[in-house]
Amino acid sequence: MSDKTSDSIAFVAKGTIPPSPPPASQAGVVKWLRDNLFSSVPNGILTLVALTVIYLVLQKTLPWLYNGVWTTTSLNACREVLDGKVGACFSVLTERWHQLLYGFKYPAEFYWRPNLALVLLLVAVAPVLFFDLPRKMLIFTGLYPFIAFWLIWGGTIMAPIIALLGFVVGGAVFQIYGRGSFAAGFFGGIAAALIIWALGGMLIPEGASENAMLQAVPSRDLGGFMLNLMLGVTCVSLSLPLGIALALGRQSDMPLIKWMCVIFIEFVRGVPLITLLFVASVMLAYFFPPDATVDLFLRVVIMITMFSAAYIAEVIRGGLAALPKGQYEAADSLGLDYPQAMRLIILPQALKISIPGIVNVAVGLFKDTTLVSVISMFDLVGMIRGPILASTEWNGVYWELLGFAALLFFVVCYGISQYSQWLERRLATDHR
Amino acid sequence: MTGTSQMKVSDEVAITIDGMNKWYGSFHVLRDINLTVYQGERIVICGPSGSGKSTLIRCINALEEHQQGSITVDGTLLSSDLKNIDKIRSEVGMCFQHFNLFPHLTILENCTLAPIWVRKTPKKEAEERAMHFLEKVKIPDQANKFPGQLSGGQQQRVAIARSLCMMPRIMLFDEPTSALDPEMIKEVLDTMIELAEEGMTMLCVTHEMGFARQVANRVIFMDAGQIVEQNEPEAFFNNPQSERTQLFLSQILGH
Repeated sequence: MSDKTSDSIAFVAKGTIPPSPPPASQAGVVKWLRDNLFSSVPNGILTLVALTVIYLVLQKTLPWLYNGVWTTTSLNACREVLDGKVGACFSVLTERWHQLLYGFKYPAEFYWRPNLALVLLLVAVAPVLFFDLPRKMLIFTGLYPFIAFWLIWGGTIMAPIIALLGFVVGGAVFQIYGRGSFAAGFFGGIAAALIIWALGGMLIPEGASENAMLQAVPSRDLGGFMLNLMLGVTCVSLSLPLGIALALGRQSDMPLIKWMCVIFIEFVRGVPLITLLFVASVMLAYFFPPDATVDLFLRVVIMITMFSAAYIAEVIRGGLAALPKGQYEAADSLGLDYPQAMRLIILPQALKISIPGIVNVAVGLFKDTTLVSVISMFDLVGMIRGPILASTEWNGVYWELLGFAALLFFVVCYGISQYSQWLERRLATDHR
Repeated sequence: MTGTSQMKVSDEVAITIDGMNKWYGSFHVLRDINLTVYQGERIVICGPSGSGKSTLIRCINALEEHQQGSITVDGTLLSSDLKNIDKIRSEVGMCFQHFNLFPHLTILENCTLAPIWVRKTPKKEAEERAMHFLEKVKIPDQANKFPGQLSGGQQQRVAIARSLCMMPRIMLFDEPTSALDPEMIKEVLDTMIELAEEGMTMLCVTHEMGFARQVANRVIFMDAGQIVEQNEPEAFFNNPQSERTQLFLSQILGH
């Protein structure tokens, strides 16, 4: 009898074949090069063309970066130092550093306040982003908006405390009465919060802001990348819950709620953001009583939040639609009520599906905060286009300034994107 | 035949369905359904697809609403009042054809979720009870896995355990074995038989006629939204009265 299986149908293996390394031509750098760069003649040509293009680009940009001047005080001084060589004039960044980050009116002696707010922001968002951290940290997250408001705007500490008190009392009223009927709790909570705010507003003595511990800084003095970050963080964190509410409202069985949500979403989505911002800066004043002065920052926040909430609502609606109907039925059949079913079963899954879409909207929103420069707010782009490029010292330094702005935005947006990918992997439990 | 089907059933009524009608739009899916289920009774509902058998048991825990007639479960009249609906749902367990486990939660969390949030059971107690029922369906070692890591048969047994954790007085099964491989049908049926022997009131939509013969007190045959025939399994299988039943039985038992 032969060893070959083909000679006979009956076959029994004689033992285990020991593993051996692959042949030399099938491993290592050579194999990688051949597989990925030179697998065929057209691919080889494309590789060479690509290498040439990369070389040409680097040949121009590397000296520009390498010869960059960091220490002059004007473009002309910069050109003298370069003396005809190719080189960037990064000194505009060092000289106008504070203007780029904080705008040109924020008092320089108070820069530590937004800096501290930024550090605390990282602490506050950590338990939201990384849910393995202790849940008790969420208490600080809840307090953070009021702390940050007080740090950045300053003024009397009574304002954020009364605002916080209003939320606490409203929440407590909702907890107590919401058990009986949701509507009673909801409107009762809002009414209680409004009463607290009205009473508290009367309690603050006249001129309390002038001799406060932190000197007040008006909204129009905010600027630079700080303004972009503030708008981005505020609007993303407000528009996510609003978007969830709109998406659920659009699915509601109650026609009034459903149609209100549909009309809101379709209207806001059908209007350009710039239009909404102009409404915020110019026209919104007509809708308020003549003596009411609603802060421009607040008006812009409202508009951007509405805009992105409409988009997020549609993204989440897609996630809700992707869930099998059986999940709703299983939740119902176990006796979970609507809020429980949504919070424990439906939304965790729908939001997980929606992560890429939500992150897409968040990244877009963050970049769209630069649009406030057209309604004469001096955010990062507004600073560059306005005070810096218009100055006699730095007229004409486009690449360095706009490249720096692009880099700042890229770092933040790439970070958000990486976080979302980590989150998707972390939440992958379906093992498909 | 076997001992189980002869077991004495109590006189206590579990479910009463009286003159119930249901329409999908203008399509009359359930027609004049009258049914009384006694505590501890095990009823198998069979019939061709589209005959309304799933719709019928889904009406009992208000997953579908009926338009006419009344359904009373454990003395609670099923109305549009959400409190009554929630009360009935927490007393009636249900298993679905596609299991409908919650894929983002572990097996243990699937089982403890409803007791903790609906019954307000302390977490520790809920977990102990969940482990008890997971042992009963013979998969305590999978407690910390996710549903996606289990086979179909295991998932369906988890679904049964999940329902049992709510301590239901009645269990509804909607074709629990139809989505399973032949090898896994037995493990699920064994679990259901064990449940039946403990005296659980069960309504089961299934095509497993062996199960019906062994376990049911009563077999109901439905066609075109109507209850066509009901009888004890012995009489139902050996001596069907209506022509439609005879045809159905000859089709499914004929091979």
